[in-house]
Amino acid sequence: MTCRSHDTRRGGDPRPGLRPSRRSVITLAAAAAATAWAGRASAETHRGGVPWSPSADDAPFHGTREAHFLTDAEFAVVDAMCARILPGDENDPGAREAGAAVFIDRQLASPWGRGELWYMQGPFSEGLPTQGYQADFTPAALYRAAIAAVEGHCATAFDGRGFADLAEDEQDQVLTAMDEETLTFDHVPAKSFFDMMRENTIEGFFCDPIYGGNADMVGWRLVGFPGARYDYRPWLDHGGRRLDLPPVGIAGRPAWRRAGTPAPRR
Amino acid sequence: MVTRLPPVDAVMVGFGWTGAIMAQELTDAGLDVLALERGGWRDTPTDFPTTHAQDELRYYWRHEGFQAENRATVTLRNKEGQTARPMRRWGSFLPGTGVGGSGVHWNGITYRFLPSDFRTRSHNEERYGPLPEDMTVQDWPVSYDELEPHYDRFEKLCGVGGVAGNVNGEIRPGGNPFEGPRSDDYPNPPMHMTFAQHRFREAAEGLGLNPFPVPSANMSRAYTNPLGCQLAPCTYCGFCEKYGCGNYSKASAQTTILPVLMRKPNFRLRTEAEVLRVERSRDGGRATGVTFIDALGEEFFQPAEMVFLCAYPLENVRLMLLSGIGEPYDPATGRGQLGRNYCYQVMSGADVFYEDEHVNGFVGAGALGMVVDDYNGDNFDHSGLGFIHGGYISCTTTNARPIESHPTPEGTPKWGAAFKAAVKENFLKKTSVGVHGGSMAWRSNRLDLDPTYKDHLGRPILRMTYDFTPQDLAMSSYVTDKAMRIAEGMGGKTVNRNKRDAPYDSMPYQTTHNTGGTIMGASPGDSVVNRYLQSWDVSNLFLMGAGAFPQNAGYNPTDTVGALTYWSARHIVADYLRNPGPMVQA
Amino acid sequence: MRRRPPLLALAALAAAPAVAVADQTQFGEVERGRYLATVGNCISCHTDAEHGGAPLAGGRAMETPFGTIFTPNITFDDETGIGRWSRDDFWRAMRRGERPDGAQLYPAFPYPWFTRMPREDVDAIYAYLSTLPTETRPKPENALPFPLTVRETVVAWNALYFEEGPLPPAPDRSDAWLRGRYLVEGPGHCGACHSDKNIAGASAETLLGTVKPDAHLTGGVLENWLAPEIRGGEGGLLSDWTAEDIAAFLGEGRNRHSSALTRMGEVVTNSTSRMTRDDLLAIATYLKSLKGPARDTVEAAEPAAMKAGEAIYMDACSACHGRDGGGVEGMFGRLDGSAKANSADPTTLIRIVLEGARSQPSDRYPSPISMPAFDWKLSDQEVADVLTYVRQSWGNSAASVAAEEVGDLRDKLTASH
Repeated sequence: MTCRSHDTRRGGDPRPGLRPSRRSVITLAAAAAATAWAGRASAETHRGGVPWSPSADDAPFHGTREAHFLTDAEFAVVDAMCARILPGDENDPGAREAGAAVFIDRQLASPWGRGELWYMQGPFSEGLPTQGYQADFTPAALYRAAIAAVEGHCATAFDGRGFADLAEDEQDQVLTAMDEETLTFDHVPAKSFFDMMRENTIEGFFCDPIYGGNADMVGWRLVGFPGARYDYRPWLDHGGRRLDLPPVGIAGRPAWRRAGTPAPRR
Repeated sequence: MVTRLPPVDAVMVGFGWTGAIMAQELTDAGLDVLALERGGWRDTPTDFPTTHAQDELRYYWRHEGFQAENRATVTLRNKEGQTARPMRRWGSFLPGTGVGGSGVHWNGITYRFLPSDFRTRSHNEERYGPLPEDMTVQDWPVSYDELEPHYDRFEKLCGVGGVAGNVNGEIRPGGNPFEGPRSDDYPNPPMHMTFAQHRFREAAEGLGLNPFPVPSANMSRAYTNPLGCQLAPCTYCGFCEKYGCGNYSKASAQTTILPVLMRKPNFRLRTEAEVLRVERSRDGGRATGVTFIDALGEEFFQPAEMVFLCAYPLENVRLMLLSGIGEPYDPATGRGQLGRNYCYQVMSGADVFYEDEHVNGFVGAGALGMVVDDYNGDNFDHSGLGFIHGGYISCTTTNARPIESHPTPEGTPKWGAAFKAAVKENFLKKTSVGVHGGSMAWRSNRLDLDPTYKDHLGRPILRMTYDFTPQDLAMSSYVTDKAMRIAEGMGGKTVNRNKRDAPYDSMPYQTTHNTGGTIMGASPGDSVVNRYLQSWDVSNLFLMGAGAFPQNAGYNPTDTVGALTYWSARHIVADYLRNPGPMVQA
Repeated sequence: MRRRPPLLALAALAAAPAVAVADQTQFGEVERGRYLATVGNCISCHTDAEHGGAPLAGGRAMETPFGTIFTPNITFDDETGIGRWSRDDFWRAMRRGERPDGAQLYPAFPYPWFTRMPREDVDAIYAYLSTLPTETRPKPENALPFPLTVRETVVAWNALYFEEGPLPPAPDRSDAWLRGRYLVEGPGHCGACHSDKNIAGASAETLLGTVKPDAHLTGGVLENWLAPEIRGGEGGLLSDWTAEDIAAFLGEGRNRHSSALTRMGEVVTNSTSRMTRDDLLAIATYLKSLKGPARDTVEAAEPAAMKAGEAIYMDACSACHGRDGGGVEGMFGRLDGSAKANSADPTTLIRIVLEGARSQPSDRYPSPISMPAFDWKLSDQEVADVLTYVRQSWGNSAASVAAEEVGDLRDKLTASH
């Protein structure tokens, strides 16, 4: 039986994934060099009907709790990069305001960041453009090595300043150079890093807020995405008019909570 | 140390659509059936409930519902002579693992193949003359008419909604006039169309084409299937493909079969059981069972009277190669059948951006769409075109999940303020017209074992040698032109062409329609299995799934996979069980 | 390896032909006894299915507010079961709750209902039980605090509340009504769950006590579930259920209003789905004759609760249960007019939201349609507010739910797992 989360009962603690709700699973996952599925019970025989048990639910976990991989200095670099990929302006928040760097930090500390979800057996060699990511770096290792290389480059090119201290147009120069492969590093693929960081920034801007990004659902609000809703039947005949539905996260939205009651801890 | 388990009548290797259908049929026939699934148990209330199924990061971007790459992936090269390298994370296609298989995260698009798709070689040669030498397409050993009752059965199992275009030869308005005759209507009405589909229909009709609703296994209303399993009305939440359905609204093994199958005393399912190989008798002529390993690393031998490979097509090919059954295909000599005629799908299309109208793509469903079939198969005259076949052209509104889908017009930078502004401006205003191109088999496209890379158990992983061919690109270009004409009539501000180029890129998502490699045919000289999906070499071994397709068509494969499974089951129960042995004399 | 899930194992046993029928003259009695044992659902309580216990060998823990009572082994094992009981011994237990040694049985054993059965019915059950395989399984010690450990206190309780013997005659009633009343008030012992017992105050006299005056079949709380009111006459919470609806619910586990969940699902699988259609309709006839009780005026909920509750409901519940609370027939429960939603006591509602719930699968409805758990997702206040909204929307009328009630139940459920 898959009673994976009998220990998810929270006795009043108000929000998902905000406490170690699946301790046993995590331990198992770590031991088994986790995949997304590795937390499941080991070989089981099922017979006699579809199993069910109360409160059994594989609720979101990885990345929903505070976790850190980056040093403060590295975090400042990532945060500054996020702010250039999707800049905030006077009208709309950007990836920095959405907490994309917080999201990335948590992700780098997760099984994904450790490369445990990917095929990471060697040999490693530079691949064809059609073969995708081939670097011998886990995501976390790639961030660490590439940030060091970027900082090294900036120190040389910009009078000893780090990336976070550059002016915005200087930051854009560095990012553009990595994107266009005019800036390369000796031991770490700059373009792979740029692509990953751009992808993660977008993830951090548009993910569910339980993962630390998309704070106050600013990413969803920017574009008009109503979030984790599950029923749009009332709006099928919208006829091309813009639908403005307040976004809902997996953990709800402000209207779920009475005025005056504290927002759940993040 | 291998533990020998008590024997069973039949063992299913893999427990998605085909394993569930076959197990249901064989247990009805009284057999004692065991299914082995290398992934975990999965069900609606626990694994993808409405409380958290709408989680783009977790399910798509972190691949929770898919085969774990760290256990086994596929290496790719575009042509001989290149070094194949592993897809370190999935991109172009997304095989599933776990109970229900890839059928948990499909869109629910449920087309039948055209009658001519089953005679691709002879039909085209009769009409247009000889095919190019390297085009290795061949006729199916089963006809549309033979499969028809089984299509009907699968569609009723799934509660497919649509408008029939041809019922017993009578052409019906609003359906696909090109389709083969159906013995019955769809069990459900079509989905409720939205803005983009209305625009597509008007534009297509304006061009004299024949639009009809995409046949959908997302429920257009509450439905109880012939087994008594219940499905709920689709809520158009926009989380079908790449996600499990939280609402019991999408047909899957979980929603359509397991409630009945799992209650049977003569059925068992073992999860976290990864099959290592099919074992054979000394003379090699008979499968004795399978060896599998559980999550704790313990090995078991499961004896069985019949073995069914029901894994994803790519894994079925690998299991055959790892078991040493059959001769691997050699493109240089054309000898060997295993891994031959691997096909994919040639996807392209057009994006339509509106000025001040809104598609509101989040109001969507996997199979919510309108489609024309005028440029599919041989529904149009190919004389002088230099290619055969084609694809359907459809406008589906499947989702507006923003990490994956934040469309911008051509020329927009990929990051920075202008990018952000374009994303904001266009997010709700884009729709797509997609071309779902058929993939014709080619001599050089194939599957074999990779010489270098290993899976988590140290076994070779599969190597894919694949590229789009001149046939594919010519077909795609032609049909994409037609799609552009429709798209240009849909009232948008700008239309972008999404063309398909070689070489095949393994990273951008295209479609999880990998076919061939264990193809069915008329004789051991042209195929791995016979018309009943029975191995030519080992008569108590059966290979299910799209691996049996001699080449792919311009449609999503699931309906044909389901129909083939029912077809095979019907003949196994009616003939093989009475008289075990080769069902077709080689 | 996972063992066979309990319900199916039981179902298989119940479906199996009685073994070793002594001789043909007894066959009719044994068969009748088997049917009555099914009506009485002996197997559910007298089997420790959760731990793989043999059928009817007892050992199932029955949670009471005062402690745990373990059910005894009622197979005919000489040492640990009732193999040495005579027919008279069995009759005294069923009629008066007395053990052969004269000791008083706790009324968790529903003899206050079984006392309504005539001798020939009780003998038939005895005859049936005697044909079943025996199992040696000693009964664990009950965990009751003093003075409840003293069985004599139950004697005092009996003197106050227990009424021995058959139901009173009702000559103006139809045969169906009389049969229905007998099944409900006798072997079916519906009131054991569906009536409120005056257990408050924890006095020995009222332990698992008699039904409160005016509380007959108006719902009761047991093991952190509310078994809802099942009165189907005017003003009853099942007044909008037809007799057919009731029979369908009992026979198939679902009808157009609702479906049987955990505990009632067990009753449907092991008992009511195996009863004749005539008997189910008889039960329905009887329940439809029971008018609803007078109800307290419901105070309107705080607007803030309704507002938050509506937002939660529309975002998290309406995809299945409908924006109008109408549900999807046979799949997703109808909340508008639901007996569970309109019960004064919200225990079951809260529990379903926290833990999720499964519609009991049956041959007619094999799909185990399930509501997911919300315990990880909603705070106590949010659960309370959404339930307040459900209880005061559409045509529903029931009191607000407080966050503290949710928190208390959450704690109890955490403690019991």
